[in-house]
Amino acid sequence: MQTEMNLGSDDRQTVLVCCGTGCTANGGREVFNAFETSLQDHPEIQVLPVVKATGCNGWCEKGPLVRLLPRDITYCSVAPADVDEIINKTLLDGVLVKRLLYRDPVSKEHLTSHHLTDFYRKQHKIALRNIGEIDPGQIDDYVQRGGYQALQKALLGMKGQEVIDTIKASGLRGRGGGGFPTGQKWQACRNASGNTKYIICNGDEGDPGAFMDRSIMEGDPHTVIEGMILGAYAVGASHGYIYVRDEYDLAVQYLRKAVDDARQRGYLGNNILNTGFVFDIDLIRGGGAFVCGEETALIASIEGRVGEPHDKYIFPTEKGLWGKPTVINNVETWANVPVIVLHGPASFAAIGTANSKGTKVFSLVGKVVNTGLVEVPMGTTLREIIYEIGGGVLKKRSFKAVQTGGPSGGCIPAELLDLPIDFDSLTEAGSMMGSGGLIVMDDRTCMVEVARYYVNFLAGESCGKCTPCREGIRALLEILTRISEGQGSIGDLDLLEDISFTMQQASLCALGRTAPNPVLSTLRYFREEYLEHIEQHRCPAGVCRALSIFYIDPEVCNGCGVCARHCAVNAIQGEKKQAHVIDESICIHCGECYRQCAFDAIKLR
Amino acid sequence: MQIDAKEYENASAYKSLIESYAGKPEYLLAIMQDMQRQYNYLPRLAITMIAAHVGLPVSRVYAMASFYKAFSLTPKGRFVIRVCDGTACHIKNSETLLDQIEKQLQARPGETTADGLFSVETVNCLGACALAPVMVINGRVYGKVNRSDVERIIKEYGGQSDAN
Repeated sequence: MQTEMNLGSDDRQTVLVCCGTGCTANGGREVFNAFETSLQDHPEIQVLPVVKATGCNGWCEKGPLVRLLPRDITYCSVAPADVDEIINKTLLDGVLVKRLLYRDPVSKEHLTSHHLTDFYRKQHKIALRNIGEIDPGQIDDYVQRGGYQALQKALLGMKGQEVIDTIKASGLRGRGGGGFPTGQKWQACRNASGNTKYIICNGDEGDPGAFMDRSIMEGDPHTVIEGMILGAYAVGASHGYIYVRDEYDLAVQYLRKAVDDARQRGYLGNNILNTGFVFDIDLIRGGGAFVCGEETALIASIEGRVGEPHDKYIFPTEKGLWGKPTVINNVETWANVPVIVLHGPASFAAIGTANSKGTKVFSLVGKVVNTGLVEVPMGTTLREIIYEIGGGVLKKRSFKAVQTGGPSGGCIPAELLDLPIDFDSLTEAGSMMGSGGLIVMDDRTCMVEVARYYVNFLAGESCGKCTPCREGIRALLEILTRISEGQGSIGDLDLLEDISFTMQQASLCALGRTAPNPVLSTLRYFREEYLEHIEQHRCPAGVCRALSIFYIDPEVCNGCGVCARHCAVNAIQGEKKQAHVIDESICIHCGECYRQCAFDAIKLR
Repeated sequence: MQIDAKEYENASAYKSLIESYAGKPEYLLAIMQDMQRQYNYLPRLAITMIAAHVGLPVSRVYAMASFYKAFSLTPKGRFVIRVCDGTACHIKNSETLLDQIEKQLQARPGETTADGLFSVETVNCLGACALAPVMVINGRVYGKVNRSDVERIIKEYGGQSDAN
């Protein structure tokens, strides 16, 4: 591998293999190794292809992805065994390997590049601009795409206050969940008295079902670092911390290298760009606690204490880490900063809605055809994201809801699909932006179970310091469990609302105040489903085990045997090509057969 | 809980790991993480040594150890199976994977098999949602797994095919 390579800008061919977490699990690293090995056997190749491992392309569904530049060819689901064919046909002879191209499900056409697919065409990349295009381990790749130019522009030609004014004018709001105006936060820290100030990057991405920040840290670590240096210059901080979730091994690895490389190049250290500006960054691995995404808890964790939040009568911008003024922004927020500073605030502010500017990265997952990372302008509707980019609901089932905002968010029903999403519209709908998870749910997802799932998650994550959150979550969980087991009563629904209200009013931090959202939003939009559980002892999605009794319709069953093969307890019997039968005395109601049957022959009583 | 005799044999190794950091409370989390990574759990003796080194009561170190999920107070199995129960995996029925694991290994999340070979855990999200449901064994990620995949994978690691 060579480091001084121009990506696609000279006549040599480049092979990019996605080695993000998603593609690595599908064997991306093996494909990368196969290219390296096989290319050594081809000294006759005149133009030496450069193999680069890139970060997550976001199109995890089709991984491992291999891209060939400068011709912009994308191959999907590549196996190590395909590598020789790619080298012989495409690299040497310039012929496409058709079976590895993406096939548009509607037009049935083979598309040569991922840029031509609906999944990519409808996106607008700012925070993700470099991901999948560069090798995250090579600082030169970042520099070649305009990296560290914003830093030069700011340090050599702008005052700290001008940087803050730029961010204010761009309308950038924090991408971590709350949507607090970033410029205002920086201003408060700059105005705070004292010479020692800190910058923190919150990379403790804890929302289940969300991986935007992981992909940015893995795929473009330098943009986070450059954003932080700009922030430090703006507020007058000399030290920064990146707090990374413990589970994210690859992100830690790339960030560590990126910080070292940046230091070596003089972008970090005691005399940045020979201007005398001093700033350095330490990496901290989180201990694995969801509540540490809350900024006061995160600060406690860095200080070597248990991650319990405290009240915010005084904001961290005045008294934060070790009692000093501190700016905390999340990964995606930092990734936007270099772009805004370099190109000016106007082009950023031109994108989005009245009060939410720029783009937002979403992790589109769940029961949707194309899963992966999606970056769209604020104000894009849920329908555009789920149907045009996401390709609709998996297996053509009907759409029931989309969950946004993680455990602090809520479920949005089909009638609100045309809602243009920004910070404010989602809050009005009873959910929130959160960090950007979008989890698509179909008619086989039980909304009571979803609410119970989130509350159960929060029950394990509540730090236990304040009573409304600690006891409230436990009570909610008890009631929801009761309902999902068919033991609920009508009065339970009022009780859920009462407890939720108290938690919203009286909890100490945002975790407790927003914890009832999954319950309240499902009650608001899916009350019928709760009632069906309580009154008819039936789970219409076939998920709650105590309330789901399955049988096979002999008229529909063609005896393919798929259900029997998937049954964990061998409860399904039947001759081949004859209708099968479920033995009620053995069945554990897991619903696996119900989900596997391609002919809808398994019914819910 | 008693301090295992084996822990005394490791005392000098604990000591050199701990002393690679300055004795300040701000390094507490990092020291504990290194210890966890090295030994797969926090030995009781090591906890008392860490507390002395950073100048905090043992209770403070114990509070950290029990608060953060990264830490374990008992030794884990040789293979740690982590089943993702993030939202995307959950609605794609990660529960089925746990059922299969329990059937094969008689271990629920949080437990270690009697032979010390496997520990079973759930994690809130591995950030590999596009591959849901996901399972990780000692860092190796298995995506889009179903019940029969789990059976096969566990067999590869030396687990029984079906203990029943």
